[in-house]
Amino acid sequence: MIELLTQHGEAILFYAFALAAVVSAVGVISLRNPMYCALSLLVTFLAVAALFLMRHAELLGMVQLFVYGGGIMVLFLFVIMLVNLHRLREVRLFNEQVPIALVLGVLLVALFGWVFLSLPASAPGDSTALVSLDGEVVGNAKAVAWVLYTEYLLPFEIASIFLLVAMIGAVVLGRRD
Amino acid sequence: MPETYLPVLLALAFALILGGVILAASGLIGRGSGGRVKLSPYESGEPLLDPSRKRISILFFLIAIDFVIFDVEAAFLYPWVLVLREGGWPLFWSVMVFVALILVGFVYIWRKGGLDLKKRFRTRWQEASHG
Amino acid sequence: MSGLLAAMLEATGPTLFHYVLVPLIKIAIVLFAGVLPLIMYLVLAERKVLGFMQARVGPNRVGLWGLLQPIADVMKLLVKEDVVPRRAVRWAFVLGPCLVVAPAFVIFSVIPFGPPAATEGGISWFVTDINVALLMVLALATLPVYGIILGGWGSNSKFSLLGGLRSAAQMISYEVPQGFALVGPLLLAGTMSLVGIVEAQRDLGMWFIVPQFVAFFVFLVAGVAESNRNPFDLPEAESELVAGFHTEYTGIRFALFFLGEYANMIVVSSVAVTLFLGGWLRPFPSVEALSFLDLSFLPAGLGGVVWFSLKLFVFLFVYIWFRGTFPRYRFDQLMALGWKWMIPLALVNLFLTGLVKVWV
Repeated sequence: MIELLTQHGEAILFYAFALAAVVSAVGVISLRNPMYCALSLLVTFLAVAALFLMRHAELLGMVQLFVYGGGIMVLFLFVIMLVNLHRLREVRLFNEQVPIALVLGVLLVALFGWVFLSLPASAPGDSTALVSLDGEVVGNAKAVAWVLYTEYLLPFEIASIFLLVAMIGAVVLGRRD
Repeated sequence: MPETYLPVLLALAFALILGGVILAASGLIGRGSGGRVKLSPYESGEPLLDPSRKRISILFFLIAIDFVIFDVEAAFLYPWVLVLREGGWPLFWSVMVFVALILVGFVYIWRKGGLDLKKRFRTRWQEASHG
Repeated sequence: MSGLLAAMLEATGPTLFHYVLVPLIKIAIVLFAGVLPLIMYLVLAERKVLGFMQARVGPNRVGLWGLLQPIADVMKLLVKEDVVPRRAVRWAFVLGPCLVVAPAFVIFSVIPFGPPAATEGGISWFVTDINVALLMVLALATLPVYGIILGGWGSNSKFSLLGGLRSAAQMISYEVPQGFALVGPLLLAGTMSLVGIVEAQRDLGMWFIVPQFVAFFVFLVAGVAESNRNPFDLPEAESELVAGFHTEYTGIRFALFFLGEYANMIVVSSVAVTLFLGGWLRPFPSVEALSFLDLSFLPAGLGGVVWFSLKLFVFLFVYIWFRGTFPRYRFDQLMALGWKWMIPLALVNLFLTGLVKVWV
C-alpha cells in the first residue's frame, strides 16, 4: 500500500484531478440548472489549477485560482440576478449551434494535436524549462515573471488595454437608458 | 516542488471532512420538529408579504465586474515584485504604463458615476416613491 | 517520540514522511490545539471585553469568570434543531456554511507561526512553505464569498438574499485595495513566500510596518471589512436586514458561519502579523542590546511562536476594540471608502515603493 503511494502517488493524483476536470467540464455543458453549471465550472478550474501545480507551473496555477475564483463568482451573481430558475426547465438552450460547435471542436482538437506533435520530445517529469532562467534554477514564479515583463512586454501592455475596454464596457452596461 | 503543495491539499481534505463530521453529528444529535409555520421564511412575524426571490439591482453585478478587472490587474502585478530589483528602471516603467492604462479606466468609471452608489440608490428610490 | 518518528520515516520513505505524515500531524495540531480553541475563547474574550467597555460584567455563570461558557455554547448549538426553510435550495443551504469555514482552515497551512528548523531534522513552525504562498492566501480569501452568496440565495428569504449580496459586494470591493496594498511589502521583500517575507524583515532590521505604514493602514481597514466586522458589519445590520445572510440559519449551520467569521479574523490577523509586524521576530530585530527578547532559553524556536501569538492577540484585541468603539457605516459610505480612498491610496503607495526600490 505504502509502496504504491510512494511510487505512483503523483500519477494517482494526476488522474484524479484530470478525471475531476473532465467530469465537471462535461457537467458545465450538460447540466440544466445554471447554478450547477457555474459550480461545475469552478470545479473544472480548480482541478486544472491543481494540474498546473503538478506540472511545476506554480504561478500559472495560483493565478488561475486567483482570477477564476473571482470570475465565477460574477457568473453566480449573474445567474441569481438575471435567470429565473423556476421557469428554466422547459427551455431548450443553444441547441441549434451544435453543428458549428462540432466543427470548431474538431478544429481545436486538431490544433492541440498539431502543437503537441510539433513540440520537442522531453521526459514527462522534466521541468527545467519552467523553473530556470538562462540555465539557472530560480523557481517558476520568477522565471515566468522575467519572461513576461521583457520578452512578452507588448502582449502584456495589450492585456492592459483589454482590461481598459472591459472597464468601459462595464460602465456602458450599467447606464440607465 | 509540487510536493510542497501536498500539505495544502491535505489541509483542504481535513477541513472538508471536519465540516462534514460536524454537520453529520448535529444531524444525529439534533432534535427536529417541523411544521408549516416554523419552516416558512422569516418576515418579522408577519405572513409573507411578497415573494422572496426578487430582482436585484444591477449595481451588484457592476461592482463584481469591476472587481474581476482589478483582480486580473493585481495578478499581473504580483510577479513584478520578484524581478523589480534585477530589472531596474525599464521594468519599473513598463509596469507603470500598465498601471497608467488601468488608471485611465478607473478615472473613467469614477467620472461616469460608477462609484457613486449613493446617487444611484437615491434616484432609484425617488423614482419608486414618485411612481 | 523521536524513535517513533524515525520508525515512521523508515516505514514510509522520505517523500511520504515529509510531505504527508508530518504535515498531517501539524495540521491536526494547528486546528485542534490552536485555531479551534482560540476561536472558542475569542468569542468569550469578545463578550468579556465588550462587557467591560460597556461597564457590564459579561458572561460569568458557567465556570469561574465564565471560562466554561464556550463549551456550553458549542453543546447548545450542536443539539439545536436544523431548520431548512420551505422552498429553500437545500444543497446551497448546506454547502454555504462549509464554504465559509474551509478556505480559512486551508490558509492556516501556509502561515509561519514560528521560525523554520534551525538544524537538519529540527522542528519548523509551519505546515508548509510554498513559493507563491501570498497569492494562494489571496485566492483562497475570495472563496468564503461563495458560501455567503450560496447561503443567502439558497435560504429563500429576502433578508438573506440582500444580506448575502451586500456581503459579497463588500468583500470583493475591499479585496481590490487589499491586493494592491500587499504589493508594497512584497516589493520590499522580493518574494511571495511568507517565510521569506519574515526573513526579509529580519535582514532589513525592521518590521515592514515602518516603511509600509500606508499599506498597513489599507490592509487593516480592508481586513476588517473582509471579515464583516464592525464598523463594516453591514451584512448583519440588525436594524435593516435582521441577521443578513444567516437569517434563516439555526443550530450547527449557524455555528459554522460564526466559526467562519472568527476563523477569518484570525487569518487576517495572522497575515498582517506576518507581513507587517515581523511574524515570529522580536521587536527591533536589529538592535543587539535587545537580543534577550529572543527568548532563546525556550527550546526549538518556541520563543518565535510566543512573539507571533502575542502580536496575534494584540490584533484580535484591536478587532474587539473597534466593535466597542465605532458606529456602523452606511452601505454607500462603505463602498465609497473602499473604491475612492483605499484604492488610490494603495496605488500611490505601490508607485512610491517601486520608485524607492529601484532607486536605492
